[in-house]
Amino acid sequence: MGFLTAGIIRTALEVGLIYGLVALSLFISFSILDICDLSTDGCYTLGCAVGAMVTIAGHPLLGILCAMGAGVCSGFVTAFLQTRLGVQSILAGIIVNTGLYTINLAVMGFSSNVSIFGTDTVFSLFGSLSESDFWKDWSDLILLALILLAVGTFIYWFLGTRLGLSIRATGDSLAMVRASSINPALMITIGLCFSGSLTALAGCLVGQFNKTCDINLGTGMVTIALASLVIGETLTGRGRIPVRIAGVVLGSCLYRLIISIALRLNVPTEAFKLVSALIVAVAIAAPEARKLIAARGRQLSHKRTS
Amino acid sequence: MLRIENVSKTFNPGTVNEKKALDHLSLHLLPGDFATIVGSNGAGKSTMFNAIAGTFLADEGTILLGGEDITFRPEHIRSRTIGRLFQDPLMGTAPHMTIEENLAVAYLRASGRSSVFSRISRKDRAFFRDQLSLLDMGLEDRMSQPVGLLSGGQRQALTLLMATVVTPRILLLDEHTAALDPATAAKVLELTRTIVAERSITCLMVTHNMHQALEMGNRTIMMNAGRIVLDVAGTEREGMTVEDLLRRFAAGAGKAFDNDRILLSTEEGI
Repeated sequence: MGFLTAGIIRTALEVGLIYGLVALSLFISFSILDICDLSTDGCYTLGCAVGAMVTIAGHPLLGILCAMGAGVCSGFVTAFLQTRLGVQSILAGIIVNTGLYTINLAVMGFSSNVSIFGTDTVFSLFGSLSESDFWKDWSDLILLALILLAVGTFIYWFLGTRLGLSIRATGDSLAMVRASSINPALMITIGLCFSGSLTALAGCLVGQFNKTCDINLGTGMVTIALASLVIGETLTGRGRIPVRIAGVVLGSCLYRLIISIALRLNVPTEAFKLVSALIVAVAIAAPEARKLIAARGRQLSHKRTS
Repeated sequence: MLRIENVSKTFNPGTVNEKKALDHLSLHLLPGDFATIVGSNGAGKSTMFNAIAGTFLADEGTILLGGEDITFRPEHIRSRTIGRLFQDPLMGTAPHMTIEENLAVAYLRASGRSSVFSRISRKDRAFFRDQLSLLDMGLEDRMSQPVGLLSGGQRQALTLLMATVVTPRILLLDEHTAALDPATAAKVLELTRTIVAERSITCLMVTHNMHQALEMGNRTIMMNAGRIVLDVAGTEREGMTVEDLLRRFAAGAGKAFDNDRILLSTEEGI
């Protein structure tokens, strides 16, 4: 394969799919609810820590449920701060994020990292279904793709229900929601709990995938997820919901591919944050740049004809 | 139907910006009453609507709607039985959701008991289509388009439909045609008249057009400084002209009417 081997693409897709869950979580809080929730970093580590501890105890599947439950709690606290106590949404996220650092340490027994070698994970369980070489290479990716398919379908279904429509309306027109018997505080709470559970699910999966959990795992996660989200929304625009959901996951995979390419080009790891920032900036600027180029083109042809 | 007793509201109390927006206001509407409200800027018209809808709690007094005391009910509970339209046609609808989805959200009032996880059914869709065709704007064929693509008038007509899709106990109209062009405003006004009359909805309508204030509905109320200074209905109202109305206002408020926009509005104009 040369420049990009199947292995590199596979790894990029695997990580891209896991990060895609975080991007979907931001899709709900940022795009649908129009709330800037910055508790993502802490919530991601929380999911990883809770998932890791339960997995070490020998229950990888239960670990996923516990992690998602922890994510719901995190989302609930963020929502409670902003809907009941009047804390600004950005501030609420930062406060929860800061508090979660200590909680995450406590979950991991006050050590800054734990490893889960020697016990089963959802990936090893799924991988043991077949002995073939193909399965050994691709089972992780297939499992992740199945999870993303399930989550994506669930989000699509959920946003079409009466509850989902109410949540969308809350993010779209607060005045309308107030006039139509929907409790916006409750909708924000449900939305952020759902969003938190997805972030924590991603954290739990990455923990089981790498068989380790580190207290600084989540640092910068919100930027990465936002980058994926913006790339996805740039690709698909504000069209129909299923297209947007697919776009977000696609954006996340694309982002990881770009990072892989940067790796192959021997970009030093110290420069990675800058590369990430550049990708976000380019993705956000793309639609505007397209307009500028179009306008410039018109200007030039106008000069030529006159 | 609506009984407001002695309601007061002061904004920014204890500061230099203290403003007594409602001053021991009392109002009693009978079922089916359609009252128009006029008043100078800052007279408390919108504040009264906010007090009824529950945007804030009144400092004192009680509000009863349909015999129920709603004084301390949160806004989203009250809005189950209150329909509301704002002056800004963009406020009443969600621009990135489709016409059908907007109607479904408004229709939640009626389906409060059914599962929150149910989706828009074929029956709902047929019902929405019927309702939309009443507007006579061709919206029934655009149900899956985002509301953001509609014109201001179409959005206001849709908001009117959303506010009345489940017949409310009271409909609050806050200059809902003021931001529309004359032809569209006339159309939305006509729709308002039809819908309110057909189902004899109790209705309060703020307007800045004196002719409208006398011509629409069965009662005219004038407000000044957080109080009602004039409340006419029946035979007394039938023979009234705009000049009579202004004279009566001056007598009640102890000053001349001072809203140019209202004084300059013409019979057909906006």
